[in-house]
Amino acid sequence: MKRFIPAAAFAAAFSLVDVDPASAATIFVSNEKDNTVTVIDSETLEVVKTIETGARPRGRVLTPDFKELLVCAGDDNRLDVVDTETLEIVRTLESGPDPELLDVDPKGERIYIANEDEGYVTVIERVSGKVLAEIPVGVEPEGMAVSPDNAFTVATSEQTSMAHFIDNETFKVTANVLVDTRPRVAEFTRDGKLVWVSAEIGGTVAVIDPGTHKIIKKFGFEIPGVRRELIQPMGIRFTLDGKTAFVALSTANRVAVVDVATYAIKDYILVGQRPWHMALGPDGKKLYVANGLTNDMTIVDVATLKPEKSVPVGRLPWGVVIKP
Amino acid sequence: MHMPSKITLGSAAAFLLFVGWAAAVQPAAAIPEAPTEAPPGALVTKIVYIGKRYPEPLPLSLLDKPLTDEGVQGARLAIKENNMTGRLIEQHFELVEVVAKATEDIVPKVKAELASGNGLIVADLEPSDLLAVVDLPEAKDAVIFNTRSSRDELRQEECRINLFHIIPNWAMRADALAQYLSWKKWRRWFVIHGTTPGDVEYLAAIRRAANKFGAKIVLERSYEFDAGSRRTDSGHQQIQTQMPMLTQGAPEYDVIFVADAGEAFGDYLMFRTYEPRPVVGSQGLQAVAWHRSFEQYAGTQLQNRFEKQAKRFMTERDFTAWLAVRVVGEAVTRSGKNKPEEVNDFILSPDFEVAGFKGVGLTFRKWDHQMRQPILLSGPRTLVSISPQDGFLHQKFLTDTLGFDEPETKCRFKK
Repeated sequence: MKRFIPAAAFAAAFSLVDVDPASAATIFVSNEKDNTVTVIDSETLEVVKTIETGARPRGRVLTPDFKELLVCAGDDNRLDVVDTETLEIVRTLESGPDPELLDVDPKGERIYIANEDEGYVTVIERVSGKVLAEIPVGVEPEGMAVSPDNAFTVATSEQTSMAHFIDNETFKVTANVLVDTRPRVAEFTRDGKLVWVSAEIGGTVAVIDPGTHKIIKKFGFEIPGVRRELIQPMGIRFTLDGKTAFVALSTANRVAVVDVATYAIKDYILVGQRPWHMALGPDGKKLYVANGLTNDMTIVDVATLKPEKSVPVGRLPWGVVIKP
Repeated sequence: MHMPSKITLGSAAAFLLFVGWAAAVQPAAAIPEAPTEAPPGALVTKIVYIGKRYPEPLPLSLLDKPLTDEGVQGARLAIKENNMTGRLIEQHFELVEVVAKATEDIVPKVKAELASGNGLIVADLEPSDLLAVVDLPEAKDAVIFNTRSSRDELRQEECRINLFHIIPNWAMRADALAQYLSWKKWRRWFVIHGTTPGDVEYLAAIRRAANKFGAKIVLERSYEFDAGSRRTDSGHQQIQTQMPMLTQGAPEYDVIFVADAGEAFGDYLMFRTYEPRPVVGSQGLQAVAWHRSFEQYAGTQLQNRFEKQAKRFMTERDFTAWLAVRVVGEAVTRSGKNKPEEVNDFILSPDFEVAGFKGVGLTFRKWDHQMRQPILLSGPRTLVSISPQDGFLHQKFLTDTLGFDEPETKCRFKK
């Protein structure tokens, strides 16, 4: 028997009117300071399970078949592999030192990992865990994104302030693009043609054409009443139609809504404190935002751009990922 | 007869080993550490670290070990980081370490470096040596970073156009604490100060901060303490009686603000005051550019890298030397130019900012070349706060609420 929790009952009632039960998904939130992953049912918004992981879980990604959740356990120098059905850690993979963020290729065969302390990217085979390559990049690599056509991978290094383009065949760095200070995240547009890179201290997003390795557009943010230095772009997500982008602004406690075609800022959504990484629900109707300092996750309605709810998770939530 | 078969077997084993090695180890072996030699054609930037083995008192606490490589370790780490970036864009950085003995004159050594064209200098020097170096005619076009001295005058009347300050000055430190104390409404300060030049300089900054932020100094008391009891078995008994005597008879106060730059007695005030009051200032709650317990804004990453290299904690002087070398790295990486005049122009331009694990980009004040930066307020073991505090406003940079802002500068650069 489950205990009766008023908040959960409210959440369930809420979800009846708002969420199609058929679309119930599983939300995973990595909690950097708790060494856990909180598992939440998207329909009831109840915590299904809290999975204990290795130390300092930050980066997290689902395999394309949604069967495995890979979690970077930074201080334990490994990846924890969670079975998304049983919600158990079924194995661990050697990640190289201090893994922070990672991505999986579209085929689900290789994992690309940023080794933050050591300044390189480790590529491992997903099934065997075999190390295929260790590729030197700049200082404090963080952002990782495999291109949708699987031809190359973009890694950003924070202290070097570059986006590195890595050829997925040769594992060689083919280009280094200087961006603004402390680039955190690389994210491909839905059509795969451009990559957006957020610069935390620089306060900007650089849009890079992977064909020419040129920055075709760079834009910043201005929020009345919020000091420029508090506006620190972090996580980036695109809506399913690719027309709108969400950029988490960390210490500005807001998520920016950007028109992808014009780069115009359409809105700023007030969320919890230090929104960090985000995820879009499988049906594209909700955006889930991990708020590092308020230890919660804000759920934003994509159509109305309104924050609807806040769900408590673990301490220092870092990232969100959602299994349909 | 056995020999050939043995050889064959051995070769096969060696071959298998090789294959195994090639399959498993090769990628790992392919990772170069940060390059130590410049690749052909690279833009090579030499940065000179100058230091001197000043006689320093033994730290009061056994927890703090006497260090012989303070400062230079930070510079070494930053060179490595500059090179990790540099290797990607055909740039290379070298550190030239020049350290004088306690009785030696640093000036001729620096002259030799300037004569070789090395004009990017990290100066881990006390004020008199620092000024002797920056005032050399040969150093006119050099860019010299002060990573050691907090003396306010170096940012005011004694400022120099070729001198940049990475380390916060006393006024910034006192202001950082004053903002926090003001937020706490601990506005009545009992100031206890030593008599060394550093103590007197900090005292002046505390008076200035009290005036600037509306606090009241209820009493100033000077204290001369030759800590003969340091690290002796019975030392605590003497201290236990001296500290209450030192602190009794004061009007009502909220905190003791201690100015003991040389760390002769400040640590002894805690838990021993006549009235139960917190201690802030040079000890207790300190205003610093770096602290070994600091982990926010990815500070953990820098702490890890430093500890791995130096096998010890990172001190403030390690951090300021690290940051000075990173300033040069950032300027050269972004501008592609490395002559001192070019570095000077770039770091004063609006295009420049450097990340220093404080959550904001760090830049230089044009009026006195002080690096504007948030200041950590740290207890002995954990971070307490970071100033500027909320509510202390400034039209341009909030960090300019700490230290000497443009309207009050007494610095007049002479070309």
